[in-house]
Amino acid sequence: MTKHTKPTSTFTTSELLAVMASRLMTNGQVVFAGIGVPLLAATLAQRLFAPQLTILFEGGTIGPFIVPGELPPSTNEQRCTRRSNMVLPITDVLLLLQRGYVDIGFMGGAQIDRFGNLNSSFIGDAENPKIRLPGTGGGNDISSLTNMIVAMKHEKRRFVADVDFVTSPGWLKGGRSRAESGLPQGGLWRVVTDLAILGFDDETRQMKVLGLHHGVTREQVQDNTGFELKFEDKVETTAPPRADELAVLRELDPHALYTA
Amino acid sequence: MGIEPLVKSYSALRHETLTRDRGLREKVMTLEEAAKLVHDGDHVGIGGCTVSRTPLAMIWALIRARKRELVISRSITSTEGDLFFASGTSKHVITSWFTQGIVWGVSKVMRHHTENKLARFEEWSHMSIGLRYRAGAMGIPFMPSRTMLGSDVGKQVGDEIKVMDCPFTGEKIVLLPALNPDVALIHVQRCDAFGNAQLDGLQFMDIDMAMAANKVILTTERIVSNDQIRRTPDRTRIPFFTVDAVVEAPFGCAPHECYGLYEPFFTHLDHYAQVSSQDPVKGPQQYLEEFYYGPKSWPDYLAKLGMDALLDASRRGRSVHND
Repeated sequence: MTKHTKPTSTFTTSELLAVMASRLMTNGQVVFAGIGVPLLAATLAQRLFAPQLTILFEGGTIGPFIVPGELPPSTNEQRCTRRSNMVLPITDVLLLLQRGYVDIGFMGGAQIDRFGNLNSSFIGDAENPKIRLPGTGGGNDISSLTNMIVAMKHEKRRFVADVDFVTSPGWLKGGRSRAESGLPQGGLWRVVTDLAILGFDDETRQMKVLGLHHGVTREQVQDNTGFELKFEDKVETTAPPRADELAVLRELDPHALYTA
Repeated sequence: MGIEPLVKSYSALRHETLTRDRGLREKVMTLEEAAKLVHDGDHVGIGGCTVSRTPLAMIWALIRARKRELVISRSITSTEGDLFFASGTSKHVITSWFTQGIVWGVSKVMRHHTENKLARFEEWSHMSIGLRYRAGAMGIPFMPSRTMLGSDVGKQVGDEIKVMDCPFTGEKIVLLPALNPDVALIHVQRCDAFGNAQLDGLQFMDIDMAMAANKVILTTERIVSNDQIRRTPDRTRIPFFTVDAVVEAPFGCAPHECYGLYEPFFTHLDHYAQVSSQDPVKGPQQYLEEFYYGPKSWPDYLAKLGMDALLDASRRGRSVHND
């Protein structure tokens, strides 16, 4: 096992995302987590300040604890079940979302738009796509049924005015359109990027910047976004990742499988 | 097939079940014999999820038997989906997510076949696929649900879902059509010769799929006695009368995992990812020649995976029982 020896004053984009996202969790929450940054962030929160936070995997696991260095390749392997409280069939674990037992759904994103809709299905026109992506998995179900946190890299090609295809619904066309389309619950709550923490206006449901990471300017965030961003009246500056946070991440993922 | 209605009529469903031999009989056979139970054009449901408990020995046998025009459904589709497309066994996969796995990136083989319209990846949400099997298992024509609304995933499947106002609350609700596969392929840790199956770890959608299907082919790590099954009937998940074939296939998910016995063969999966991404046509063909068409038998296939790989995957697999 190789240990990372780099100083804690430097960190990777994924480490920054995991740290910032972990701080959005609350002790006692039930969190539906995807593989990669979401799982690392939820586990980090569990370790540091939220011991009563429960992780659910769409593969069917309730309350697993991750063995450092043995991160699962998907939510469906036996590694996901270690020391868990229960394993359920896939359909039943997803139905917990529909029934309302889940506080937060947490996943990564390939492409997002100003209303927080996510695309993981097609780049380009769905009929003649430039790239066929892997699709929704549980993404459509999770984002249709609960409050979402999305963690992703802040790039102009990923932050677009309108996604090519709505795989996982955010606020759809803004305003009340989500509820009117038959999705009265949940919605996109926070977007965590390597530049900022973003939320959505209560009325228009347009994306807005709530906080900037240390050393990041408003211009930098706008320049990396494909539409005009709103800014909260008082934009806060986040505290940089601490040594104890980075140490946990590096213990969990010593081979930097998800944090490179 | 196009001619059949999306959802079978109740009388057709009942009639098909009535004509199946549901007696307590032994149904042990070889992979090759079981492959004869699958017909060209059949809708084949695949158990497991991503790289877990995939019934790869049976899939291997179907690809070797040169089946054609199978419609495949599965919760999440990994390398086996690539190989269905590349071998010409299927041109239509119904699933929620289709790629080898997050750590290996987007499948070039899936991309090649879908972007060039050589094959179809019909995308439904994960829960919707599960509820479709469940409706099939319950003998009802549809299941009400609350996802796939508002998104393009729902629009993309078009007429296959219906949206209605709930007659009790007036809320918008989705109706998902029942899915009753012609055949379900399911791999388990153990079952008896009659097909009473016990499976450990994550169940995925396998139980609903077994109940929904019109035929079930079980592959199993080992066949145990009926006495042993009867000692722990609470662990039996699939009853014998839904099962039509039992095939003993040790390491029947390799190079995918089987809970408690072996983890994914990561080095082999890395190799597959490399071969298939270098050339999405020649890569999988070369892989199929080497690992699917070439080997004389399933043990010969396992020998090609290598003793080191089998032992390493087993060591990791059994470690789930360590404290």
